[in-house]
Amino acid sequence: MVKEEQETANRPDNTAFTQQRLPAWQPMLSAGIVIPGFVLIGLAFIGIGVALFVTTRSIQVLELDYSGVEQSSPCFKCSDTSTKNCVCNMNFNLDKLFEGPVFFYYGLSNYFQNFRRYGVSKDLDQLSGNLDNFENPTDDCVPFQYDANKKPIVPCGAVANSIFNDTFKLYQIIGGTKKPVPLDGKGIAWWTDYNIKNRNPSVTPLKNAFNGTVQPSNWPKPAYELDPTDPANNGFINQDFLVWMRRAALPNFRKLYRRIAEEDYAQGLPAGNYSLEIAYNYPVLSFDGRKKVVLSNVSWMGGKNEFLGIAYLVIGSLCVVMSVVMLIVYAKFKFPDEE
Amino acid sequence: MLRRRLNRLLNNDERRVDSRTIFVGHRSGSPNDAIIPAKFCDNRIVSSKYTVWNFLPKNLFEQFRRIANFYFLIIFLVQVIVDTPTSPVTSGLPLFFVITVTAIKQGYEDWLRHKADKEVNTYPVTVLEDGRRIRKESEKIKVGDVVEVEEDETFPCDLILLQSSREDATCFVTTASLDGESNHKSHYTVSDIERDLESLNATIECEQPQPDLYKFVGRMHIYKNDQEPVVRSLGPENLLLKGATLKNTQKIYGVAVYTGMETKMALNYQGKSQKRSAVEKSINAFLIVYLCILVSKALVCTTLKYVWQSKPGQDEPWYNQKTQREKDTNIYLKMFTDFLSFMVLFNFIIPVSMYVTVEMQKFLGSFFIAWDKDFYDPEIKEGALVNTSDLNEELGQVEYVFTDKTGTLTQNNMEFIECCIDGFQYKHRDGSAEMDGFCVPDGPVSKPQQKAGREKEELFLRALCLCHTVQVKESTDQNDDQIDGLVADGEVSLQDQRGFIASSPDEVALVKGAMRYGFTFLGLESKNMKIRNSNNDIEMYELLHVLNFDPVRRRMSVIVRAKSGETLLFCKGADSSIFPRVRQEEVERTRTHVERNATEGYRTLCVAFKYLSAEEYRQADEGLREARLALQEREEKLMAVYNQLETGMSLIGATAVEDRLQEEAAETMEALQGAGMKIWVLTGDKMETAKSTCYACRLFQRNTELLELTVRTLEDGGKRREERLHDLLNEYHKKTVQDAPPFKGGVTRSWSCASQDYGFIIDGATLSMVLNSSSESSSHCYKNLFLQICQNCTAVLCCRMAPLQKAQIVKMVKNSKGSPITLSIGDGANDVSMILEAHVGIGIKGKEGRQAVRNSDYAIPKLKHLKKLLLAHGHLYYVRIAHLVQYFFYKNLCFILPQFLYQFFCGYSQQPLYDAAYLTMYNICFTSMPILAYSLFEQHVPMEVLLDNATLYREIAKNAMLRWGPFLYWTVLGVFHGLVFFFGVRYLFTNPALQDNGQVFGNWSYGTIVFTILVFTVTLTLALDTRHWTWINHFVIWGSLAFYVFFSFFWGGIIWPFLSQQRLYFVFANMLSSVSAWLVIILLILVSLLPEILLMLFRKRRGPNARQPSECDLLQTSRLQL
Repeated sequence: MVKEEQETANRPDNTAFTQQRLPAWQPMLSAGIVIPGFVLIGLAFIGIGVALFVTTRSIQVLELDYSGVEQSSPCFKCSDTSTKNCVCNMNFNLDKLFEGPVFFYYGLSNYFQNFRRYGVSKDLDQLSGNLDNFENPTDDCVPFQYDANKKPIVPCGAVANSIFNDTFKLYQIIGGTKKPVPLDGKGIAWWTDYNIKNRNPSVTPLKNAFNGTVQPSNWPKPAYELDPTDPANNGFINQDFLVWMRRAALPNFRKLYRRIAEEDYAQGLPAGNYSLEIAYNYPVLSFDGRKKVVLSNVSWMGGKNEFLGIAYLVIGSLCVVMSVVMLIVYAKFKFPDEE
Repeated sequence: MLRRRLNRLLNNDERRVDSRTIFVGHRSGSPNDAIIPAKFCDNRIVSSKYTVWNFLPKNLFEQFRRIANFYFLIIFLVQVIVDTPTSPVTSGLPLFFVITVTAIKQGYEDWLRHKADKEVNTYPVTVLEDGRRIRKESEKIKVGDVVEVEEDETFPCDLILLQSSREDATCFVTTASLDGESNHKSHYTVSDIERDLESLNATIECEQPQPDLYKFVGRMHIYKNDQEPVVRSLGPENLLLKGATLKNTQKIYGVAVYTGMETKMALNYQGKSQKRSAVEKSINAFLIVYLCILVSKALVCTTLKYVWQSKPGQDEPWYNQKTQREKDTNIYLKMFTDFLSFMVLFNFIIPVSMYVTVEMQKFLGSFFIAWDKDFYDPEIKEGALVNTSDLNEELGQVEYVFTDKTGTLTQNNMEFIECCIDGFQYKHRDGSAEMDGFCVPDGPVSKPQQKAGREKEELFLRALCLCHTVQVKESTDQNDDQIDGLVADGEVSLQDQRGFIASSPDEVALVKGAMRYGFTFLGLESKNMKIRNSNNDIEMYELLHVLNFDPVRRRMSVIVRAKSGETLLFCKGADSSIFPRVRQEEVERTRTHVERNATEGYRTLCVAFKYLSAEEYRQADEGLREARLALQEREEKLMAVYNQLETGMSLIGATAVEDRLQEEAAETMEALQGAGMKIWVLTGDKMETAKSTCYACRLFQRNTELLELTVRTLEDGGKRREERLHDLLNEYHKKTVQDAPPFKGGVTRSWSCASQDYGFIIDGATLSMVLNSSSESSSHCYKNLFLQICQNCTAVLCCRMAPLQKAQIVKMVKNSKGSPITLSIGDGANDVSMILEAHVGIGIKGKEGRQAVRNSDYAIPKLKHLKKLLLAHGHLYYVRIAHLVQYFFYKNLCFILPQFLYQFFCGYSQQPLYDAAYLTMYNICFTSMPILAYSLFEQHVPMEVLLDNATLYREIAKNAMLRWGPFLYWTVLGVFHGLVFFFGVRYLFTNPALQDNGQVFGNWSYGTIVFTILVFTVTLTLALDTRHWTWINHFVIWGSLAFYVFFSFFWGGIIWPFLSQQRLYFVFANMLSSVSAWLVIILLILVSLLPEILLMLFRKRRGPNARQPSECDLLQTSRLQL
């Protein structure tokens, strides 16, 4: 092939491309560039690191493990799976203002939401409101596809079935009386999940769409009655449902439950005594899991995370130290190849 | 070669008959014989591999025979059959892409072949049938048909020339399309055939088809009315080959002897054996390592999975119950499918795209050689030619260069310098040529102003004029376009301009030399040679026989009959072949001249003659005719007659022809030696001539101590040859190997900081003694000694070599310890064997035809181009491909390592870390272009610098960049990067609330962050290694990153209807809205790049200013590793 081209074209083209003479930038990393570069990067990193560190230090976090493993725990009585509708109270004390907005998370440990089979066990068409898939859920949902009576489960699959169903109420104890702290459940899921990705079937009332289907076995109530207070928070666009359906990356995770940013608590939780009333439904001890509640406020960088700040500080200092070492080496020996 | 031999074997097996009989015009030979219709194949040429029907299965079968493709097919099938983490699309799509592209390419090539076949097969030809001229399609020609071919047409099949429109019963053809030789060759009709082909009644008996273009034996029986049949011998000069073109002849008639796939052209249409480069071997070794990594990863994960599951509650938590089928499955089967699933999950570590990229790099990269204008030679109007692109990088690894002398080191552009007649020297001086016989006689110093007798002078000149096979170019049809490289015009000072055509430039030089002295060869007219002597008289000699030149005899002769009726035999040839055949008392006088000329680097030929008495001639004539008619062992029989004839001659004189060195031959050789290559000159020439060429090329310096191992030195001692050989070998070995100063650098030092250079000279006869020594054990020992001596010499000269011996030497070095990379360069047919044998074969587009070029891997117009080809192109290609390979393994290691680590955090459930789109696109789109651009355009050191500092070549010697050291470095780098990516993000995700609105990120966000860091780091690592940023590099590097970002937005921005899971929906955009994600991406990229930046600073800089100080250390270490 090449031969024929050669013979017809005869003389090779004398272009920069064919002669491999394209103008080129030939960077050389020399000490003159690297040392100042390292200093600059190091300083910038230290700056960012300090900012991160200070910020993350200012974030307040309160964690309450309520799995009820220890006998001393108020929830110990509920840890026995045989007790139904068990409610336990955990009291805690804030000695200074917990700055708002406060975010209310629940956390699970040793819980593998990232199991592969678990992860695919859902029917996206169903969740986007396709009525065909109400009758015939995808095979991925097995064994949560049909119930014992061959009725389709909606929403089907392991993920939906295992939705976190503990509920919480928070009270501030003022002079012995319990003042409920309003918990805001709006906007805890991704905007796109709520508005675009998941859709309820366009049937009114929503209940009718679910005719001939059954709710997942673990659910106390069907999907269309998840939130009796807000009709726009039912079915597949229920915020708690959406939060649960977005699978966690690691076996120890937390998920957003509510926000506290209303009424008297817009500035945060004032110092004082609080009581957390927990409807304990979700079994975790069978697989040695733990449950906890996390109250936290967030900054521009998200929740409390010391890793990032420390990493920046370490790397930044490392850069500076290395540039100093290089400078010494450079001054003493002169790099052999340096002009 | 093997295939060809095999074919021949099979052919022989099939038909036991060694010859075929052809009835010319399908008329039975003798009237009483009936035609036995022999079955021959038709004249259809099929060069295509596929038909429409078998294309798909056959092509797929051939593609999946490649190990890599087969492996990916298996992975794909596993994905289809077993419940695996990734969909079959992820590996099916790339595989489908690769297979389709290859199939389309091969299909297109085959379509072209089909088209060409059809064109050839339906080409209209004229066939004589029952006296009528019938137009037919070429494919319908049958063996025995009489075919008419007109000027400038190509022959449709192999024909025996029956009749030509030229009066002298010859025709001219060019075989440019067969062997590339563009000169006109004359072919002869069978004698004694009547003009009327209609009445011709003849049969041809000839050998079965065989691929050698230059061999043919056959016999023609002509039946004339009731007479005894006349028998004529047929040789290659009667055979017109399919594919050759008729020239200078209006039309010819010929009878088809071989048709279709049995023509010599079709038999030669066979691919050469594949040469594999050392890089490919390295790739395969690395692949095995990675395969081991892959399998062990899968094994570790499978084992840990079952260990982990054995803990209560872990195997089947209530939220993730198993299906009934899973529960029923046998545990061992489950383990096995788990293992397969892990294999599938990690299989991306061996990327399908690497093969594609390597192939593309080689294919596209080879264009730069063909495009290089420095390789363009204005004389032949051609540049370099790349016959295979598989060996580009091998050009950067050459350790031994085997070069031919004539035409390679020298120009093969002969010029007559002087001659010696009867021991008197005649030197030609321009302008002093006089009509009065000879010019100024410049006799030997001892006898000034003397010259040989006029009679001897004239005899000598007549011999020069007669003893050759030169043709005079026809002045009637002297069109410019027919002038090719072989035509050299005569001197203007002479009466008319004259062009000569000859197969060897020596002959032209000699004829022109004679012309200067007044004897002009005018041409051959119907077997009469016409010469004009110095008195301007025309002399006619009847040409009776030509005893052709062959490399074994190393001489040629003609038998002519002068007007006076005397029969003379003129012979010319190498001194060694002439001296034993002439009267000894004549030899001494000439020998001094010959030897002096040889040491000056001239090619010498001796001329001898003898008178043949009528009786002698009759015998000779008979013997020759008989031998020529022989069907079997014709060569041997002819040789015997030749040898018998060429004895007892008397020496007339000798000629000296200068073969000038190629341009920049010495500089090139010096550069190659500086680059650490050992240069061996393998030549068929005399030792003295070759030696002087070596001196001229500076292969031998003045202070080089020459170790000779030739027939002469062997005979010196007076002992038996064998013993002497033994002694000499031991002595030289002691000198070069044992007594070599024990510096650490070993021989490598001797190139630059030389202590004592050795040059080694051996000749063919001695070599065969070394190689084929009588006793087995000593042969092995000799061979070892010989190799060791040669390895310690700066240059080796092997003279008096037969073509096969050249290949033998190459093979010996190739298979010696450390299996060094060898390169052969040559220009002639005698170099083909060594070109095919060496790792890299280079052909020079010289004057000895195109055979070397056809069989070479690369062809260049001149020797001087070798320097750039190796030092610049070879070096760059090697660096490029080595980096490409290492980088590919690296980038896939750090791609798949986080996925492996993720298994420890997801209960060994084979959960992929990255989305399927990312898994698929990573190697196809996101990271493939920058490395391809790098591997095409990188010049880590500018070309000029590479050319100026040959020593830089040594830095990459011995596959330096693809050894285990660099491989380990890249692997460690990949592991480090993988760990940084995974654990960096892992610690970030201790708190997955990464947004300022308190929302949390899930597993796909995790994977996307890791993947983003991965793509950027991997691309920037390459950017750091790029030393030569053309706009293309900028474009693809920044373009790839931009494309990744764009694609991620796009992929996550739409609900894709064909996906069952919208895993990445808005994941990327959400990630970018998190400051923490940004910060961690920047941090981890920088952490990953830091070590590389630091290393780069401290690593030895390659470049113009950085070679002297550390070089010797480097060499020493590399030597120690040997």
